[in-house]
Amino acid sequence: MKQLSTKVTSNGHGQDSSYFLGWEEYEKNPYDEIQNPNGMIQMGLAENQLCFDLIESWLAKNPDAASLKRNGQSIFRELALFQDYHGMPEFKKAMADFMEEIRGNRVTFDPKKIVLAAGSTSANETLMFCLAEPGDAFLLPTPYYPGFDRDLKWRTGAEIVPIHCSSSNGFQITESALQQAYQQAQKLDLKVKGVLVTNPSNPLGTALTRRELNLLVEFITSKNIHLISDEIYSGTMYGFEQFISVMDVLKDKKLENTEVSKRVHVVYSLSKDLGLPGFRVGAIYSNDEMIVSAATKMSSFGLVSSQTQYLLSALLSDKKFTSQYLEENQKRLKSRQKRLVSGLESAGITCLRSNAGLFCWVDMRHLLDTNTFEAELDLWKKIVYNVKLNISPGSSCHCTEPGWFRVCFANLSEDTLDLALKRLKTFVESTDCGRMISRSSHERLKSLRKKTVSNWVFRVSWSDRVPDER
Amino acid sequence: MVALAAEKQDRNLLSRIAAGDGHGENSSYFDGWKAYEENPFHPIERPDGVIQMGLAENQLCGDLMRKWVLEHPEASICTAEGVNHFSDIAIFQDYHGLPEFRQAVAKFMEKTRNNRVKFDPDRIVMSGGATGAHETVAFCLANPGDGFLVPTPYYPGFDRDLRWRTGVNLVPVTCQSSNGFKITVEALEAAYQSARESNIPVKGLLITNPSNPLGTTLDRECLKSLVNFTNDKGIHLIADEIYAATTFGQSEFISVAEVIEDIPDCNRDLIHIVYSLSKDMGLPGLRVGIVYSYNNRVVNIARKMSSFGLVSSQTQHLIAKMLSDEDFVDEFIRESKLRLAARHAELTTGLDGLGIGWLKAEAGLFLWMDLRNLLKTATFDSETELWRVIVHKVKLNVSPGGSFHCHEPGWFRVCFANMDHKTMETALERIRVFTRQLEQENLNRTKPMAATKKKKCWQSSLRLSFNDTRRFEDGFFSPHSPVPPSPLVRAQT
Repeated sequence: MKQLSTKVTSNGHGQDSSYFLGWEEYEKNPYDEIQNPNGMIQMGLAENQLCFDLIESWLAKNPDAASLKRNGQSIFRELALFQDYHGMPEFKKAMADFMEEIRGNRVTFDPKKIVLAAGSTSANETLMFCLAEPGDAFLLPTPYYPGFDRDLKWRTGAEIVPIHCSSSNGFQITESALQQAYQQAQKLDLKVKGVLVTNPSNPLGTALTRRELNLLVEFITSKNIHLISDEIYSGTMYGFEQFISVMDVLKDKKLENTEVSKRVHVVYSLSKDLGLPGFRVGAIYSNDEMIVSAATKMSSFGLVSSQTQYLLSALLSDKKFTSQYLEENQKRLKSRQKRLVSGLESAGITCLRSNAGLFCWVDMRHLLDTNTFEAELDLWKKIVYNVKLNISPGSSCHCTEPGWFRVCFANLSEDTLDLALKRLKTFVESTDCGRMISRSSHERLKSLRKKTVSNWVFRVSWSDRVPDER
Repeated sequence: MVALAAEKQDRNLLSRIAAGDGHGENSSYFDGWKAYEENPFHPIERPDGVIQMGLAENQLCGDLMRKWVLEHPEASICTAEGVNHFSDIAIFQDYHGLPEFRQAVAKFMEKTRNNRVKFDPDRIVMSGGATGAHETVAFCLANPGDGFLVPTPYYPGFDRDLRWRTGVNLVPVTCQSSNGFKITVEALEAAYQSARESNIPVKGLLITNPSNPLGTTLDRECLKSLVNFTNDKGIHLIADEIYAATTFGQSEFISVAEVIEDIPDCNRDLIHIVYSLSKDMGLPGLRVGIVYSYNNRVVNIARKMSSFGLVSSQTQHLIAKMLSDEDFVDEFIRESKLRLAARHAELTTGLDGLGIGWLKAEAGLFLWMDLRNLLKTATFDSETELWRVIVHKVKLNVSPGGSFHCHEPGWFRVCFANMDHKTMETALERIRVFTRQLEQENLNRTKPMAATKKKKCWQSSLRLSFNDTRRFEDGFFSPHSPVPPSPLVRAQT
C-alpha cells in the first residue's frame, strides 16, 4: 500500500525548477565581501533591504511598541493568549489605512473585509481553496512568479492556464491573449474560475496600465469569473506613474457594491513594501462576505503571530512614519534601479522599462546561441556557475520567449551590485556577441535605446500619464 | 426570493470547501460561546456573567513569562538591546527555520520528556500552530478519501484540521467509560474493519497523549501496543503530544519517542509527532506548531508545505532565546505543574464535596466530568438539554461530550487553567447552588434512580426535567473562532 500521499511523491511543490536550483547553488557558495569575495552574488531574491534603517530608527523612538508594552505596561500576557482568527482590530485598521495610503487615498479599504494570512503564499493558497475545485483553472499572464505553481496548484488541485504575453508589446495583456487562454482551458476541459494577475508584475517590474485593468474587469464581468489582483509590490512603485489598483478601476467604472466587485479580490503582504518577509504577514481583501468568512476560518492554518501583529499595528498606525517611509523607499528603489539599468547598458544589455518592483526584466536574447530554451538554460548555467550571479531564467517564470532573465537589485549593497555588473560586463565581452557589441557598441546602444523607447510607447497609452525622463 | 437566488449564485462562485460546512462552525454548540461572548464573567463589572470553562488554555504561569520577557529585552529584535538583529531576522523566511529556534525547541521537547529521549533539531518542521501541523501531516500521509483512525472522545478541531481541505476521513475508535476510556486493540481492530467495509483505506492512527478531553496519559504498555498495531498494519502513528508538559501529581508522561526505542524492529518511517507551545507554555497567540517526523521524506515535504504557515521570525527569535534559558525553562515547567495540580485539586475537591464524578486523570488543562446521573435519559438529546441549562442558567460554559464524539452521553469537559482562583471559587459556588436547587426540586418527586457503579457517585434521586428539546448536533469547538473579549480587542473600542 502506498504509504505517502501523492502530494509527497509528486513534484507539485515545484522546487525542482531552476528558479530554486539557483538559490541552492547560492547557498553552497554565498558571496561575502571579505570572507568569500569570489562567491555567488544573489540576484534571484526579490527582497527589499533598502530601508531597514528607517524602521530601526522608528523602533528606537517607540520603546513601548518595541517591548510589547502599552502605556508603559507589558501586555505580553494578553498577546500570548490572543489567537482570534479575526486578527487584532487595530492591526487590520492599520493595514487598511496603509493600503489606502499606497493608493493615494483614492479608494477605501474596510478592515472587516481583510483576512490575515501567513504571508501572501498562504493568502493565495487560501483564496484558491475558496474559489476553485480540484481541476478548475485560473488564467495567469506569463511570465509569472514561479512560486504560484506551488501556491495555487500544489495542495488545492487547481490548474493554471497561461495568458501568453509577448515582448512585441512589452508583455502587456491583450484581449486576444485572454480569449485564447480561456479557449485553451475549455479545450483542456478545465472550468475557468478566474484570472490572477500580479500588479505591479513579478517578474516584469511594471505596473499594469489602466487599459489592461479595464480589459481585465470587462473580461471577468463577461465571463462571470473572479479576478485576483496580487498587489504585493504596490508600495514599490518608483516610476513617475501612479500605481493604479484594480480597486481604482472598480471605483472609476462605478462598479463598487455591485456583483462584479464581489468577484474582485486583492492579495497583499508586507514582505516586499516593508521588507519584512520573515514576519509572515499576508492579507486577502474581498468584497464577498462569504469569501471573507470562509477565508477567515481557513486562516487558522496560518495566523499571524500576535507579537508581530502588535508591533506592526503600532508601526503602521504612525502616519508620519508611513508617509515618510513610502516616499524614501520609492526614492531608494528608483536610484538602485537606475544603477542596475545603466550598468547593464554599458554591457550592451537592455531591460524592459520598469517602474515598480524589486527587479528588472532583462533582455539577453542577443546572448543566446539559438532562440531556444535550451540555449537560455545554457546561458543561465554559465551566468550561475562561471559568472557567479544567481539570476532567474525566464523559463522558470513560464515566459514564452527564451532569453529573458529577472535580475533583482534591492537585496544587495551598491558595492555588491557594482561588482555583479562588472562581472557580467566581463562575461559579455568575452563572448562572441560581447565582442561584437564592444566593436559597435555605440551603434548597438543607439538601436537598443530605440527598442527601449518603443517598448515604452507600447506600455503607455494615451490615457496613461506622461513617462519620466531617462 | 431575490436574496436567496443571489446567495445561491454566490455559492456557485465559491468552491465546495468554502461553501460547505466542513469548517464545523455551524454547530448549535456555539450557543455556549455566544452566551459567554454576550455576557462574559468579570468579578466586579459582571459578576453574574458566564464563566468560560470551555477554553483549554494554560494561563497559570503568565506572570513568570511576563517577568522573563521584561528581564530579557535582548530577546526582542525591536528593543535597543536586540535591534542589531532586526534586519537579519526580518528578512529570514527560510522554511528550515532559525537553527537556534529548532535547537531550543528540540531541547525543550527533551526536557518535557524528562530527558529520557533525544530530539533531532533537523527533524523539527514549523507549522501554523498544531492546527497547521495536523493539516500538513494529513496532506503528507493521506489522499482525499483515505482515513485516519481516531479514538473517541477527541478534540473537535480535528474534524476541521484533518478533513476540511484535505478530503481525508476520520474513523472513530470507540472508547468506553467502563475501562476508563482506554484504547483497546479490539476497538482498534473494529474501527479498522469498519473503515475497510466502507471502502476507506486507512492510512494512520491519530492519538492525543496526554488526551484532550480526558486528561489521561497512555502508559508504556498501551503505547507499545499502539506502535505494534500500526506497524503490523503498515499504517502511520501520529501522536499529538501538545499537552506533554501538563502532567502533574503522580502522573508521568511517556512519549511515543521513548517507546520506539524499546521496539528495535519498529518501522520509524511510520512514526510522527505533532507538537506546539500553545498549551505547555501558554503561548497560543504566537502560533508555534511543530511537525516532528522520523520519516525523512515526510520531513522534507512537510518543510516545503510549512511555507503556508511559517512561524514569524520575530517569534522564532524570542522563543529561541527563551527556551535556551534552561534555568527559566526548568523553573517554568516545575511551577506550571505545581499550579496545575493545585487548581485541579481545587476543582476536584469541590466536585467531590458535591458528589459529582470525574475521570481520574492528572494531565491536561481540563477535567472530564461525569454528569450521566443528571440526564433524564441516556441520550444525547438529554445531554444537550442539560448542557443548555448549565450554560444559560448556571452560567458556566462547559463542553458537552457529544461535541468530542464521545460514545456515551453525560460527560462534560471542564477547563480549569484559564481562570484565577477567585473565578474558580465562583464557578464551584454556582455548581453548589445548582445542585442544591436540583435536590430541592427532586425532593418533590418520588421516582428513584439506579445507583451508578462510579466510585464517587452522584446522589441518585436527582434528575433534571426541562422542556428544551433542541437536538445536539455533532459539535465543533474551536479556540480561534469565537471572539473572546480579549483586552486587546476591548482596548480598541
